[in-house]
Amino acid sequence: MKMTMHRTLHLGRPAKAASTWKKCLLTLAASLAIGGAHAAEVNTTGLAVTDTSVKVGILHSVTGTMAISETGSVQAEKLAIDQINAMGGVLGRKIEFIQEDGASDWPTFAEKSKKLLVNDKVAAVFGCWTSASRKAVLPIFEQYNGMLYYPTFYEGLEQSPNVIYTGQEATQQIIAGIDWVVKTKGAKSFYLLGSDYIWPRTSNKIARKHIEKLGLSVVGEEYYPLGHTQFNSVINKIKLKKPDVIYAIVVGGSNVAFYKQLKAAGIDMTKEKPLVLTISVTEDEILGIGGENMVGAYAAMKYFQSLPNDNNKKFVADFKAKYGKDIVIGDVTQAAYLGPWLWKAAVEKAGSFDIDKVRAASPGIELTTAPEGYVKVHPNHHLWSKTRIGYARTDGQYDVVFETKDLIEPDPFPKGYQ
Amino acid sequence: MSYQRFSALFPKKEMMGFIVLAIILAVVLPLSLDIFRLNLVGKYLTYAFVAVGLVLCWGYGGILSLGQGVFFGLGGYAMAMFLKLEASDPESTKIQSTPGIPDFMDWNQLTELPFFWEPFHSFGFTIAAIILLPCIFGYIVGVAMFKRRVGGVYFAIITQALAAILTILIIGQQGYTGGVNGMTDLRTLHGYDIRTDSAKYLFYFVCVFMLFVCLFVAQFIRKSKLGRLLVAMRDKEDRVRFSGYDVANFKIFVFCIGGVFAAIGGAMFTLQVGFMSPTLVGIVPSIEMVIFCAVGGRLSIIGAVYGALIVNAAKTSFSESFPELWLFAMGGLFIAVVMAFPNGLAGLYNTYAAPKVDAFFAKLFTKKPAVATTAPPPAITPSVSKPVVTKTETPVIPQGAIHE
Repeated sequence: MKMTMHRTLHLGRPAKAASTWKKCLLTLAASLAIGGAHAAEVNTTGLAVTDTSVKVGILHSVTGTMAISETGSVQAEKLAIDQINAMGGVLGRKIEFIQEDGASDWPTFAEKSKKLLVNDKVAAVFGCWTSASRKAVLPIFEQYNGMLYYPTFYEGLEQSPNVIYTGQEATQQIIAGIDWVVKTKGAKSFYLLGSDYIWPRTSNKIARKHIEKLGLSVVGEEYYPLGHTQFNSVINKIKLKKPDVIYAIVVGGSNVAFYKQLKAAGIDMTKEKPLVLTISVTEDEILGIGGENMVGAYAAMKYFQSLPNDNNKKFVADFKAKYGKDIVIGDVTQAAYLGPWLWKAAVEKAGSFDIDKVRAASPGIELTTAPEGYVKVHPNHHLWSKTRIGYARTDGQYDVVFETKDLIEPDPFPKGYQ
Repeated sequence: MSYQRFSALFPKKEMMGFIVLAIILAVVLPLSLDIFRLNLVGKYLTYAFVAVGLVLCWGYGGILSLGQGVFFGLGGYAMAMFLKLEASDPESTKIQSTPGIPDFMDWNQLTELPFFWEPFHSFGFTIAAIILLPCIFGYIVGVAMFKRRVGGVYFAIITQALAAILTILIIGQQGYTGGVNGMTDLRTLHGYDIRTDSAKYLFYFVCVFMLFVCLFVAQFIRKSKLGRLLVAMRDKEDRVRFSGYDVANFKIFVFCIGGVFAAIGGAMFTLQVGFMSPTLVGIVPSIEMVIFCAVGGRLSIIGAVYGALIVNAAKTSFSESFPELWLFAMGGLFIAVVMAFPNGLAGLYNTYAAPKVDAFFAKLFTKKPAVATTAPPPAITPSVSKPVVTKTETPVIPQGAIHE
């Protein structure tokens, strides 16, 4: 009953007088109820919050080509929500999630995000994976003032007041990786390679600028359409140019073809001549590529399943307990897991579910329990995080061979890299 | 138009269909749905444009195009280019290396606006492009195919290839087209914010109005000599050709019309949804559009509108209720419709509901005998069942058409 009153109060557009009258009634009802802060106090903008529950949205592709990548994120977000509920919820309210399927289709993402914000009045949305889906929903989140927790490492060049980016932006991932390969492996020449869309292109632009800044050379830069499976010509070019490093940002199904053909062409990555450094292959992708085809490659990202800290051991154990012991956890899955926790921390700091208050409270939020270790929200809505280098083993896992000493500051609009 | 010509164009029973649809779209839905749902209906209606075009091409002309997404995309992208330019004024893009060009061009290291973008600063040019681009493109494809008597399955395959080619082109040339992200973050039309609720109401009604314009054009074609020729061509192309008609020209014409309808739908899509992307151009959406048409009944222009509405509404509600299983439900629905009701919803209506409705109205009208008995000329059968009838009496119509 209270719920329905609430809805009429905030969702419809009743006459002002009626609204005030109902507000009086509601306050009366609320003051009679037992308990701490009431829904009306922690939620002044009509979100789906009651005295016992709060609704959030999960918006990923569970069908279509992206389903294979996004499933891990859905699982991680549900795990985090379960754990938060087991601890008593957020501001004493259990989280209820409404899951929508983006169906690997950007207009569908836009439609569903609008549904979550306008019809369901969710207090936060955890979702999106590709940049294209994020770009499609962004105007909607800004127009209806929603809050999106976006988990994927991405190209940067964006800083929306309505998004918290829990993955790394490009400079965090790229610069540390290139510095490491130059310093410890003595790399002098690079061959840049990627799938043809915004993230690989922007990332390679940053990589090229950084490599040139270091006085080293880029001997080739090429892009292939998403889903491309014929990499023989580029592999021949690579053999001809003999770069020290193949810097690969191939995504999705193309990865399988690329690494298999690389191996078939006689390039043994374990010999590190050339060395392969990627920022796009997580443990999830290796499942498809096959560990034996990937062994010897290096990856630069912020999280690997094999990270030895206690937070991560617990996270991996919980994840396997819920989803089976053979499940693998990649970088984005971990970043998705941070979403609900960061939101919980921000809501509790703000003492309110109101989007504006949560936004104001977000910068400076810290998580000491994150599987990747300590993270902190920067005023630019990205996370301070460390970058690690992993060495691919035959079993599809990475050994962490390097970790930056300090947290790296997120810099979505890097000066001198554009 | 004289009354006689009007009633020949809109026999009473078909008129009822139009009126009922108009009432549903323009009165019932806007009053009963909130703006979010109404905006969704508006989006579904943009597919109805394509479906109506397909009824003409496929249901009447027998030309199955699996590449209508191309035309939808041409219209949608033309509109999106105009809106994107307006959203990329130097003031709001000042953080870019080159202010004043769309953001995705800046990401792709373009430093000036490509020449073919320049005319899209003009709204008049954009509107002209939405109509003319698909015409020109349809004409080129039509001449290349139909003049060489390529038809049937081969034509369907080629249109499908065109859809694939255009998608690859758009994705590959992302500096010029926005690539896989499409064109997003469209804001204003001549300074009018297209993201507000009032704009959505406005565009919904514009969309309904445009849909009716297309429906009337389609109805006019159906009822004209051209429409009868199309049916004749579909059923016995050689006879029409032997009678001295240039079959290819009629096919090209109806293919272009279908393309223009789709392009108008695409432009309305961009306005209502606020972006355009290659996922709406490719093979999958093109085939989906054929499904809307098939579910509605490929011989009924009104049925096509219901088909687009119902399939999309089902898609939305299934996917909201069963996010992980909805695709199976949709697949099941399509198989059931095609297996059980090959003439779609319109066929279903004509077989079961129409006799009762007719009987009801007949009763209603017999009270005023003077009007009712004279009005329906016996030659004109109800809209949707008519082609079914012609199919069994194939030779009659072409001959009639030929000797006119």
